[in-house]
Amino acid sequence: MKSKKSFFRTVEPYLYLVPVMILFILFVFWPFVKTIQLSFARTTPLGQVAQYVGLDNYTNIFTDGTFLNSLVTTLKFSVMRVILSIVIGFILAIISTEKIRAKGFFRTVYALPMAISAAAASVVFMFIFHSSLGILNKVLGTHIGWLTDKKYALIAVTIVSVWMAIGMNFIYLTAAIQSVPSELYESVALDGANFFQKHRHVTIPSISPTLFFLLIINVINSVQAYAEFKMMTQGGPAESTNVIVYEIYQEAFINSRFGVACSESVILFVILIILTALQFRLEKKVTY
Amino acid sequence: MKEKPYVKVAMYALNIIFAIIIIVPVVYCFNVSMMDLKEIYGGKFWPSHLTLENYTRAFQLAPFFTFIKNSLIVSGVITFAQVVTGALAAYAFAMMEFKGKKVLFYIMLATMMIPSQAIIIANYLTIADWGIRNTYAALILPNAAAAFAVFNMRQAFLTLPKEIHEAAEIDGCTNFKFLYTIGVPLIKPSLGALIIYVFLQSWNYYLWPLLVTDSVNMRTVQIGLGMLQGAEATDFRPVMAGAMVILIPSILVFIIGQKQMISGLTAGAVKG
Repeated sequence: MKSKKSFFRTVEPYLYLVPVMILFILFVFWPFVKTIQLSFARTTPLGQVAQYVGLDNYTNIFTDGTFLNSLVTTLKFSVMRVILSIVIGFILAIISTEKIRAKGFFRTVYALPMAISAAAASVVFMFIFHSSLGILNKVLGTHIGWLTDKKYALIAVTIVSVWMAIGMNFIYLTAAIQSVPSELYESVALDGANFFQKHRHVTIPSISPTLFFLLIINVINSVQAYAEFKMMTQGGPAESTNVIVYEIYQEAFINSRFGVACSESVILFVILIILTALQFRLEKKVTY
Repeated sequence: MKEKPYVKVAMYALNIIFAIIIIVPVVYCFNVSMMDLKEIYGGKFWPSHLTLENYTRAFQLAPFFTFIKNSLIVSGVITFAQVVTGALAAYAFAMMEFKGKKVLFYIMLATMMIPSQAIIIANYLTIADWGIRNTYAALILPNAAAAFAVFNMRQAFLTLPKEIHEAAEIDGCTNFKFLYTIGVPLIKPSLGALIIYVFLQSWNYYLWPLLVTDSVNMRTVQIGLGMLQGAEATDFRPVMAGAMVILIPSILVFIIGQKQMISGLTAGAVKG
């Protein structure tokens, strides 16, 4: 009786992990292995291995300009989106933690875009950006095809993406700013620091772990952006908004080249791992 | 600490300007959904009257009730599944001692390092292989467990005083009974946050439902909105009405659960 009970006690913890682990194996680890496997193969239109081709898929994507272009586009997009969404989120967090009335209202508004889906945001902005009927051109008195002109399309999509990303950054930065000890502010106030000096010398250094955390999260999210591109520009005009995930989608589901798409996915994974590792090293070097 | 008066005025001005900029797209979407064609061509911002005409059009052009039903089922089941699978695993990691705990915990965290978009093709091929495209199972299964949910609930369980668990054990309470009669009720606040977050996130899924469904009957609201936009290339009003229909539930959930979600999300993050 006793040994039966203790046997159960030994096994019990693992039983609790079984559902999660089965799902992770089926839908995270196994597809990860399969992605790597397919990246070395030419596939049938149904996604089965037709023939292993070694590194052919990789040499192809790096010699064909389309993929390289999508890397550059993703880089431009991510840099703009990460910087803008963190900076704006930070400004909003600062101005709404000041002693003002209707704080709750402002905070709700600033966090709200977080709840809005990329699909909904995209259709709204498609109309705002519309070249003849759009309110943006009406306000500016211009006739710019924001989403159809190569010069502006990437910037236009970035604006929508930033708008959606601000909410999360705002929430985390607000929480961080509120946890800065008030004695720190009192002591710089005694030194006669003005508004900007106060935030530069106290707020920013105090919240840098949160800034760092947000930097990682935002880079990871930016590199994986997809829905706004699919909805608003389909990678165009002239591939000017063909970011990496959209390129992967096209190779797999438009061109049925699953092997090529998988090798691009592997590159996407490698990029994310390198970025994360780099940021962790950076964090160790900088002392807060 | 006293701010100078001009700083205070500047703060109000900035808050009002930013609030307007951020909310304008949502207000404009509502306004356009109420307009007639003349107002659209006139470039008006405010509609002259309120009408549901464009909403009727939107529901005629695409089966929005079906999309909403699908999205509610899918998001509801995903949320429920993530909480159940997550609570079990989180309980083991937080409250139990066993061999390989650390390794298993890292394995679980490693799933956060594998971006979902990088494995989405392989997942699609699995679902296609199993012959379950265009089913709820296809929409739900790959999202039925998430490391974020496990991690979040583990943090919550760790904050419970160890004595509660010990006392319950002495009284002969089994782990499973403890989990659902005492453990889960005790972490309700952070659980609420998680539920809202996961629900919103799955309500807003785009790429996965796009890949695994192609029959209209199985589409979710997000894909349905895309279809509507494709069908109505010239008239934006029903599209805006459709957007409002899918925005209202998520905005409501957000406003109701905002406080809980914010404290729950930031509690587990880096202190700073």
